[in-house]
Amino acid sequence: MSEPRAETGIPAPRRRRLNRKLAPWLFLAPGALMFLIYVLIPIGESMWISFFQWDGLSAKHWIGIENYLELLDDDAFYTSLKNNLIWLVLYMLAIPFGLFIALFLNQTVRGIRIYKSLFFFPFVISQVVVGLIFSWFYAPGFGLFFELTKWLDGTGIAILANPNTVTYGIIAAGLWPQIAYCMILYLTGLNAVAPDQIEAARLDGAKGIKMLWYVVLPQLRPATFIAVVVTVIGALRSFDLVSIMTDGGPFGSSRVLSYYMYEQALSEYGYRMGYGAAIAVVLFAIMMIFISGFIWKMWRDERGL
Amino acid sequence: MFPKPIQSMSPAARLTYQVALPVMLVVWLLPLLGVAVTSIRPSSDLAQGNYFGIPSYLAFSNYLDVFKNSPFASYMLNSFKVTIPTVIGAVALSCLTGFALAVYKFKGNLLIFFIFVAGNFVPFQILMVPVRDLTVKMGLYDTITGLALFHVAFQTGFCTLFMRNFIKALPKELIEAARVEGVGEWQIFWHIVLPLVRPAIAALSVLIFTFIWNDYFWATVLTTGADTQPITAGLQSLNGQWVAAWQLVSAGSILAALPPVAMFFLMQKHFIAGLTLGAVK
Repeated sequence: MSEPRAETGIPAPRRRRLNRKLAPWLFLAPGALMFLIYVLIPIGESMWISFFQWDGLSAKHWIGIENYLELLDDDAFYTSLKNNLIWLVLYMLAIPFGLFIALFLNQTVRGIRIYKSLFFFPFVISQVVVGLIFSWFYAPGFGLFFELTKWLDGTGIAILANPNTVTYGIIAAGLWPQIAYCMILYLTGLNAVAPDQIEAARLDGAKGIKMLWYVVLPQLRPATFIAVVVTVIGALRSFDLVSIMTDGGPFGSSRVLSYYMYEQALSEYGYRMGYGAAIAVVLFAIMMIFISGFIWKMWRDERGL
Repeated sequence: MFPKPIQSMSPAARLTYQVALPVMLVVWLLPLLGVAVTSIRPSSDLAQGNYFGIPSYLAFSNYLDVFKNSPFASYMLNSFKVTIPTVIGAVALSCLTGFALAVYKFKGNLLIFFIFVAGNFVPFQILMVPVRDLTVKMGLYDTITGLALFHVAFQTGFCTLFMRNFIKALPKELIEAARVEGVGEWQIFWHIVLPLVRPAIAALSVLIFTFIWNDYFWATVLTTGADTQPITAGLQSLNGQWVAAWQLVSAGSILAALPPVAMFFLMQKHFIAGLTLGAVK
């Protein structure tokens, strides 16, 4: 690719060679510049701001690591961290559920394509709409879920009003679109499963769960990998649903780091930019563990090409 | 094929499957169906506690009320005003960056590529304070331009990943042959690569359209009023105003969901191809 004319013995004109050296940078410049200004530099700035006490308007006041020390003593921070952990663990359920629905739908009957797209529906609509739908679903007094639990236990569970259940209620809402996403990943993956291997395994007497575990799942590994990546990142990024459904309440019990950060830095509760930035840095650090793993795998794949 | 084709099973199993399919679907979409029915339920029904029964009549007027009694139309329009330029901008920029990263060998190529990829996964909160500041300083706070500019920049990360991998998979001989012919680099990009990446552009466009249409976080951080806020943020504030007017909230939700849903159904193949990029080897 680099010197296509070299073997013909005709030297490429200097101008064109210069062009080829310069070209990638010219092509990169606009996009890279935008990305630098809006994404990369702000990451650094946030880290820098986290060492200041700052209300966003008046002069910044350097306080070193005090924001981080305060975090260590902040109950709301631990609540958020704990909820993030719950999100992370329970969100993973999207993967087996998605696989289950994909297996259920992986047939060739009439109208199955419509079914597949309708099952995918929840992913296409906004989390704001999902949040509103579920709030209505859970609403005490008349929500379908409330009515159902009332029918079962006589009193009904107001899931979003109870500090012990609220996070689970929100996660259930979040799982809905996420399962749909994982389902699509697996449906595409199942399409590509080698039929001859399935047949061979069938001749050897494999079927059901065994077939799934030993023959199908290994072939679905790329789909599983993507599903894990998007699910982890989705879990850690969870903000919309918390904001729509509870505003972090009741009593801050459904906060997650991303929401707590917003609350500290920009909501009516305070304009503590430095403290908010410190929370964001913690969230970023947690996220970086997963991002690094993802990049590391991509790097290995690239070298294998 | 796995699982076993249902056609090869017993008639009983086949029948069970045929029945289970719609039942599962209804259960799966139950919350959405509830909202759809509520959106055409007259408010008198709700007042009388008829939440789940048959609506006493079909009150399609709820949909009109949404437009009449609130700046709903303005929110919808804002969403289009933010989304369409963002799609064009992000796709255009990433065609360029993707081409650069896929076609040329230079120092730092892979590093730059990975920075785009990693940046795309960053939690929004780490960008929030500086991006808001920057937008204020540029005089673009609470403007559609300010919101769209950020979206273009941020989406460039994902789009570059997408475009680069797509262009990388094109046959190299095409480009090499063109170079031997003496075709310039820009001409190669414009006349050879761009026509070939049309399916990728389609896939990206629907995906980005959906992502941006559905964005809520940046809408709340960078815009404040009905003049500039897109539908996601607007819906949330209307939800606060229409306390207990669930028929209006429902109608609004359905309307807000329509454009991405329509996009998905029109461009289904591209949409799914985009989402599952890399999921199948």
